[in-house]
Amino acid sequence: MAPVSDKTNNGLIGILPVLLAAALFAFFAAQIPAIAAGEVLRWSMPWFPSQGIELAFLLDGLSLTFALLISGIGTLVLLYSDSYLAGHPQYARFALFLTSFLLAMLGLVLADDLILLFVFWELTTLTSYLLIGFSHEAEKSRRNALQALFVTGAGGLAFLAGLILMGFAAGSTSISEIIAADELRDHAAYTGILVLVFAGALTKSAQVPVHFWLPNAMAAPTPVSAFLHSATMVKAGIYLLARMHPALSGTPGWIWTLTILGAATAVFASLQSLRQTDLKQALAYTTLMALGTLTLLLGQDSGYAMTAFATFLIVHSLYKAALFLVVGNIDAATGTREVAQLGGLGRSMTLTAGAAALAALSMAGAPPFLGFIGKELKYAGALAADAPVLVAGALVLANALMFAVAGVVALRPFWLGSAADLPRAPKERSWRMLAGPVVLGVAGTLFGIFPGPLQQALVTPTVAALTGDAANAAELTLWHGVNLPLLLSLATFALGLALYAGHRPLRAGLAHTLGMLPDLDRGWDRFLDGLKGFAEWQAARIQSGKLSFYLAATFGTVAGALLVTMLARGLPLPAFTLDGFSWAPAAVAALMLAGGVLVLLTRSRITAIAGLGTSGIAISLVFLIYGAPDVAITQLLVETLVVVLVAVALLKLPRLPAPRFRPGAAVISVAVGASVSLMLLSVLGQPLDLSLTSYFEAASYPDAHGRNIVNVILVDFRAIDTFGEIAVVAIAALSALALLRGTKGRTR
Amino acid sequence: MNSLILSVATRYLTGLLLVFSIYLLLRGHNEPGGGFIGGLTGATGFILQAMANGTDRAREALRLPPEVLAMLGLGAALLAGLMSALTGDAFLTGQWLFLGAEDGGKGLPLSSVLVFDIGVYLVVFGAVLTLVFEMEEHI
Repeated sequence: MAPVSDKTNNGLIGILPVLLAAALFAFFAAQIPAIAAGEVLRWSMPWFPSQGIELAFLLDGLSLTFALLISGIGTLVLLYSDSYLAGHPQYARFALFLTSFLLAMLGLVLADDLILLFVFWELTTLTSYLLIGFSHEAEKSRRNALQALFVTGAGGLAFLAGLILMGFAAGSTSISEIIAADELRDHAAYTGILVLVFAGALTKSAQVPVHFWLPNAMAAPTPVSAFLHSATMVKAGIYLLARMHPALSGTPGWIWTLTILGAATAVFASLQSLRQTDLKQALAYTTLMALGTLTLLLGQDSGYAMTAFATFLIVHSLYKAALFLVVGNIDAATGTREVAQLGGLGRSMTLTAGAAALAALSMAGAPPFLGFIGKELKYAGALAADAPVLVAGALVLANALMFAVAGVVALRPFWLGSAADLPRAPKERSWRMLAGPVVLGVAGTLFGIFPGPLQQALVTPTVAALTGDAANAAELTLWHGVNLPLLLSLATFALGLALYAGHRPLRAGLAHTLGMLPDLDRGWDRFLDGLKGFAEWQAARIQSGKLSFYLAATFGTVAGALLVTMLARGLPLPAFTLDGFSWAPAAVAALMLAGGVLVLLTRSRITAIAGLGTSGIAISLVFLIYGAPDVAITQLLVETLVVVLVAVALLKLPRLPAPRFRPGAAVISVAVGASVSLMLLSVLGQPLDLSLTSYFEAASYPDAHGRNIVNVILVDFRAIDTFGEIAVVAIAALSALALLRGTKGRTR
Repeated sequence: MNSLILSVATRYLTGLLLVFSIYLLLRGHNEPGGGFIGGLTGATGFILQAMANGTDRAREALRLPPEVLAMLGLGAALLAGLMSALTGDAFLTGQWLFLGAEDGGKGLPLSSVLVFDIGVYLVVFGAVLTLVFEMEEHI
């Protein structure tokens, strides 16, 4: 997406969100000294006291690292967007979505209660859906947004189940209490919890085999990709795994699931990445690779692995956000992101090129960048793992591919080839669009040369949060002496260079090989089509459009449910007796029956309606005889009005056909009559509980100042029920209005 | 329906039914009656009007569209429920004012419960008339 007007920014709407994010960043930065000193800050207030659920937030090394990345990169991305989408008619909406997402993400990493965590989790899903689908005029964009929503939403449901299970197993929903108690591993529900939590985390963080939504999510404007896919949304799953690491890790289920899925994702994604020709798609797959690596590291337990996790988390966020923004700059400047068309941009876009070089070198893991330190630590962590050959092998391969991709992304477009074939003459972007890549690129370099402050401020506290002890943190340094990780690094560089040199023939080969894998993305479409087809089939069956079918289904269900219950539970019937027989109720019952028989036998609609009315009036007589005048009056009025309404509708229809015997209808009506009668008889056979009645009788006048108990119940004791009912009545009237006005006929 | 007798009778009946319906509404808290019954009775008067003289005359006599009356009723019920917020009670708790109450008596009782019942009256009245008028006009 290119800038849409000549404006260079969006004024106040553009700058306010930036200030908010910057203020948040400053706030979190101010907490660094306390956290670095080993403190853990917690704030809480009751939320659902009856369930012990608190509105609790916790700031430890892990939360702080995430919070700083989110608010810091958020600030730069918002600043960048202000220029990238300058003059966009819907910028206010965009800023709202992005800021909401930022806040939801902050809530997620700070929440210290399982339920609260879930609320923020879902909020990030929803806001990222809105962001991915921001270009809502494009069908592809809408489709990809929905795909991301469905996949992560389904994971979210599993995750909710996992959290509830965890809450029950631990007896508390407070995350810090669950971690402190540390009893989950021996609990019977452990496997269930693990599977469900994995389902949530791995869908959110796009691990194989549910990775396919992430590259599609690149339909979003580039700053969104930079934000969602570097520091935040996709790392929500990683955060969750890290948060649960102290409570759940170390079992074979944890270690092997994460190691295998992480390694598979890392290697698969790096191969895919090298194959792409669109710069943004290439970066999307390298994000997958990073997520795989982080998952892989979280599968381990050693201090090295945890240090590598913390470091690589930061490194990746810095360089990936920078590179996405660089790609945005290239796109905005030249109008294309195709590798084959790009070249020679270095002369006209010097600052962008410089930032790209810094970020790419960090991604390639070259010294003296932070990426190098991260890579060394990854190898050290891999060698301490349970399956060092598998883990280290996957990492070396993935890193070498990363090295090659870094060359493709940052070397070729800027320094090789010529700018001759570009759709537009490139021009350097405004400072707003340069601030992000430059700041992030320089940060990656400075932290590489001087890793001490980063270690103290963030890495060590994060490791302390993960392992419970700051002493487990390994040292961040460029030079560890000649050891196995260094040798692996050298091997990586050699392999990476070879891959870069041969990346063009490789790309064709990869495209061929990977093309033979089942296409999960297309499978997704087929799945949705199948679902829709099934829904259609089902709706056609149930919603046949014939009133007689609906009535038969409804009454058949009523009779069936009643009869099954009676058969299963037994049916206590009162003894049959003629004591207390009187003629008045018997006469009323005869009247009721007569009305019913009349309906069955007549061919005239008005006679049928009158017959129904007769039955209804007989019912109101029953109420009168048994001393419920209110109900009797209501019944009488309703019956009168129903007769009027039905007459209005039915008299326009042709004469009824001659009555004929319909066995199916007869069975249903006899079954309904019999089962309801039996149920009422058995109710009479039970001792009547009058406690509620006597309460209402006693309280009606003294407390509610009314002698008509029925009315007092309606408008006072159970007023909220009545409120619901009149709302239903009003809505029904409105729906009828909408339906009838929509039909043909006399219009007013 | 073209009936002179019905048309003439309706002139008196509509007014009578309307007065009677309000009587039912107001006595409802202590004697048989109430908003629901009152609303149905009041609606009957206007349905008669619609039958005898057509829905246009009935709408004219009503002045406000019936669906608007129903919504006003829903609003009144909601307002009655919110009154309890002034005294810090739960939603829909009855609030009472006994005008001129002497020892032991209850004087003239005014209450949020009455407002609620008026809301019920209007919803039932408006909804039934909406249905009948629309069906008369469009079927």
